[in-house]
Amino acid sequence: MTAPPAKPAPLSVLDRPNSYIGKTVPRPNLDRLMQGRGQYVSDIELPRMAHVVFLRSPHAHAKIVGIDAAAAKRMPGVIAVVTGKELADVVTPWVGVLSHLKGLKSAPQHAIAVDRACWQGEAVAAVVATSRAQAEDAAEAVTVEYEELDAVTDMRTALDPQTPVIHASLGDNLAFERTLDAGAVDQAFSGADEVVEADFIFGRHTGVTLEPRAIVADWNVAEEGLTIYQGSQAPHMVQNIAALHLGLEERQVRVVCKDVGGSFGIKVHIYADEMATYALSKLLRRPIKFVADRVESFNTDIHARDHRCKGRIGIKRDGAITAFEIDDLTGIGPYSMYPRTSAIEANQVVNLVGGPYAAKNYRARARVVFQNKNVMCQYRAVGHPIACSVTEGLVDLAAMRIGMDPVEIRRRNLIADDAYPCGSPSGLRFEKLSHHASLAKLMRMMDYDRLRTEQAELRKQNVHRGIGIASFIEVTNPSAAFYGVGGAKISSQDGVAVRLDAQGSVICHTSITEQGQGSESLTAQIVGSVLGVPMARVRVILGDTDNTPYGGGTWASRGAGIGGEAALQATKALRRNILEVAAAILQATADELDIADGVVVNAADGAVRFELKELARIVYFRPDTLPPGIQPELMATRHYVPREYPFAFTNGVQASWLEVDTDTGFIKLLKHWVVEDCGTIINPQLVDEQIRGGVVQGLGAALFEKCIYDERGQLTNANMADYLVPMSGEVPDIDVGHVVSPTMESELGAKGAGEAGTAGAAAAVSNAVNDALRPFNVTITEIPLTPQVVLTALGRI
Amino acid sequence: MTGPMPISLEVNGERVDAHVFPRLNLADFLREHLHLTGTHVGCEHGVCGACTVRVNGEIVRACLMLAVQAHGGSVQTIEGLSDSGEVTDLQAAFRDRNALQCGYCTPAMLMAAQDLLNQQAEPSRDDIREHLSGNYCRCTGYQAIIDAVETTARRRRSRAP
Repeated sequence: MTAPPAKPAPLSVLDRPNSYIGKTVPRPNLDRLMQGRGQYVSDIELPRMAHVVFLRSPHAHAKIVGIDAAAAKRMPGVIAVVTGKELADVVTPWVGVLSHLKGLKSAPQHAIAVDRACWQGEAVAAVVATSRAQAEDAAEAVTVEYEELDAVTDMRTALDPQTPVIHASLGDNLAFERTLDAGAVDQAFSGADEVVEADFIFGRHTGVTLEPRAIVADWNVAEEGLTIYQGSQAPHMVQNIAALHLGLEERQVRVVCKDVGGSFGIKVHIYADEMATYALSKLLRRPIKFVADRVESFNTDIHARDHRCKGRIGIKRDGAITAFEIDDLTGIGPYSMYPRTSAIEANQVVNLVGGPYAAKNYRARARVVFQNKNVMCQYRAVGHPIACSVTEGLVDLAAMRIGMDPVEIRRRNLIADDAYPCGSPSGLRFEKLSHHASLAKLMRMMDYDRLRTEQAELRKQNVHRGIGIASFIEVTNPSAAFYGVGGAKISSQDGVAVRLDAQGSVICHTSITEQGQGSESLTAQIVGSVLGVPMARVRVILGDTDNTPYGGGTWASRGAGIGGEAALQATKALRRNILEVAAAILQATADELDIADGVVVNAADGAVRFELKELARIVYFRPDTLPPGIQPELMATRHYVPREYPFAFTNGVQASWLEVDTDTGFIKLLKHWVVEDCGTIINPQLVDEQIRGGVVQGLGAALFEKCIYDERGQLTNANMADYLVPMSGEVPDIDVGHVVSPTMESELGAKGAGEAGTAGAAAAVSNAVNDALRPFNVTITEIPLTPQVVLTALGRI
Repeated sequence: MTGPMPISLEVNGERVDAHVFPRLNLADFLREHLHLTGTHVGCEHGVCGACTVRVNGEIVRACLMLAVQAHGGSVQTIEGLSDSGEVTDLQAAFRDRNALQCGYCTPAMLMAAQDLLNQQAEPSRDDIREHLSGNYCRCTGYQAIIDAVETTARRRRSRAP
């Protein structure tokens, strides 16, 4: 007699035969984009659609004395010329504050400026015509009389008593201030063997999405409904805000997001000109299209990272870091952005400085000031690049001061891998990080010792190469702690609905959105794996507030971790429902059955029972043949939000290898490495590509990108010829490795990966440049590291 | 302003007759008049490369050329290249390597990459980076694109007689 086979240990819902989890599979539906058959908002045309062009202030700060549109209104194709005053009857102003950012203040902002323009590029009138070209022609015929006012441009003097106050009602130019004092900072500094200080300067830069912001708003007066086609990362947020300020119910507003030509945080906000476009559609009772041109993009897409941060670190001779201290100053433009506010970045800097390290003593001050420049707000990796560059810059300077290798000082100070769960002096809570494992893996990948040898050899030949290391932590999977608690109607939960269609395929609606990260792919991978059907039979629908469950969308590295878990739970529920029906049909129990490759099989031996297609046929068309009392539910919906940890922190470490030409100041990036830990990896290739893309955005900030304003508040390089972005020739190959510490808070275990690359790239490059310049006794703590900055530091110019 | 002028040209193998204002650029003509929206507009001054199309066999920036200049010529857009099957293998390599994220730069990137592959059977990674250096991609960081083009070149060589 043969013994029955031992029952195998039950597999997790992810670890099933033919699972797509952890597999590199191509994203679905790429052909549409590759054949030029996608539908970006800029491609959309509707019957009776008119085009709006905004006339924008040429001054950084000016009183609008008068607007004469008579001539423009007579021009061919012109439908209307609308001023801020006129539009204020249709759309109410807003104030970009959140209650949990105590003291944050801002002034009411209008869709189109009323009486006063506060930055160069603020819209002062809208010209609507039957074609964009006609609207542009007519805009030239509008005469605006301005009375120029003093512009506040330098953040360092914004708070001086002699500096004009931009919004008199606010009393001063201080938008927000936060201080923090944890541990015994003074004692820690006095107990240090060395204290190192530096001023870190960051260039204001922006997202430069290849498709500019674009929007089609379509008010149907008979239906009393507004449909907004917009490339937004957060459709339900747009729905809420549009309804709120147009005096509508949310049910009257539908937001549709089709293909989005790049986003990176640029398209997660509500811009004044977008609000104006919704309002114009309502006012003029027809579809209105707005597509920013490139000059408008530079002048109005949110900028970010305009910070000056004084940093201080205390160090013992044995390499122990005793304390960090920072004083951060940032200028955000004339208004706090809506609805996420412009205080979040500075707040993040305070939260994140020193984050990877065990030192418990930390003091911080951050001040956020108004100025007459374009608005600043959240752009990919919000605050992280600042915090990481300051922290890692200080750590390297400290290592240099005590003559310790930069890797060794990190080994001695990074939070131990077995110390979790634990917290940071700023109050962050870490569930499980892997700094040391990540650093060890990085050392192996880059062959650190060999590079050091090579560096030393080349130095003898007057070739100056440098290695820069940067450890980092990243905020992902935010709970309501980010926005909800501050009163913003920005959902932190996401929902997924899955249903079996009549041919046994799966239709899945998710509230996360797609801008190219792979939201559609990761959702299909999870649904296919958990249910037991091929991915090709899962169709994922996103970006439509009329049809998807309610949810936050895709930002703050949350899509996979939150939307992915909702998909997992919804599919588990659907699977249970299907198996119960199958059991009733087959006169078995649900536990005895499984689904594999789209077929109901015996759980024990995998023997085929019948296809899902057959089950769907019976349920939908011959329910009369089902046993009595069975009411099949071939659709299931689940929502998910993290509750235990406010954020699922991830960690990682980056390294840069580069060469500095000390004659020209040019920096050649030779190689870049990243090891990061985003928990469960759903699709390795997609994660790696998120990391690479993120790194390159950070490299742009490190070397090229800066919005250059003159002292009058004029943006002098608002075009792609003068504002430099990384192109294929400047970028090195990037090796990516992983350590995997899943979050235990969800069954999926995934944390975010979208911003890790951007968080640490500039810090690694800056540290590598200073490493390369070590023989010259020069340190630079300013980005972008242009040839001018390098040569100035070297005393060559 | 000068009135519309008649133009005749071939677009993706089809004859097109139209009346266009002399100031209309080729990108806007393709997108707005012919509804070939695979040609994208990113910077409108010849820097980002998103509007790259083929005119009389050469790749050009459609935003830097007037529609009237294409009179009598032959224009191929990504829709044409896709339907003819000329870049099917390149598109497959892009898909497998995830060499696109938002996809906005992709039609032009494919156009520029195919131009290189037509000129050079064995381009180095540096050659590929150089040839694509006028096409901006904000999402990928370029490495996946370079990989996909390199793979396609290798596969085409192995298929060549």
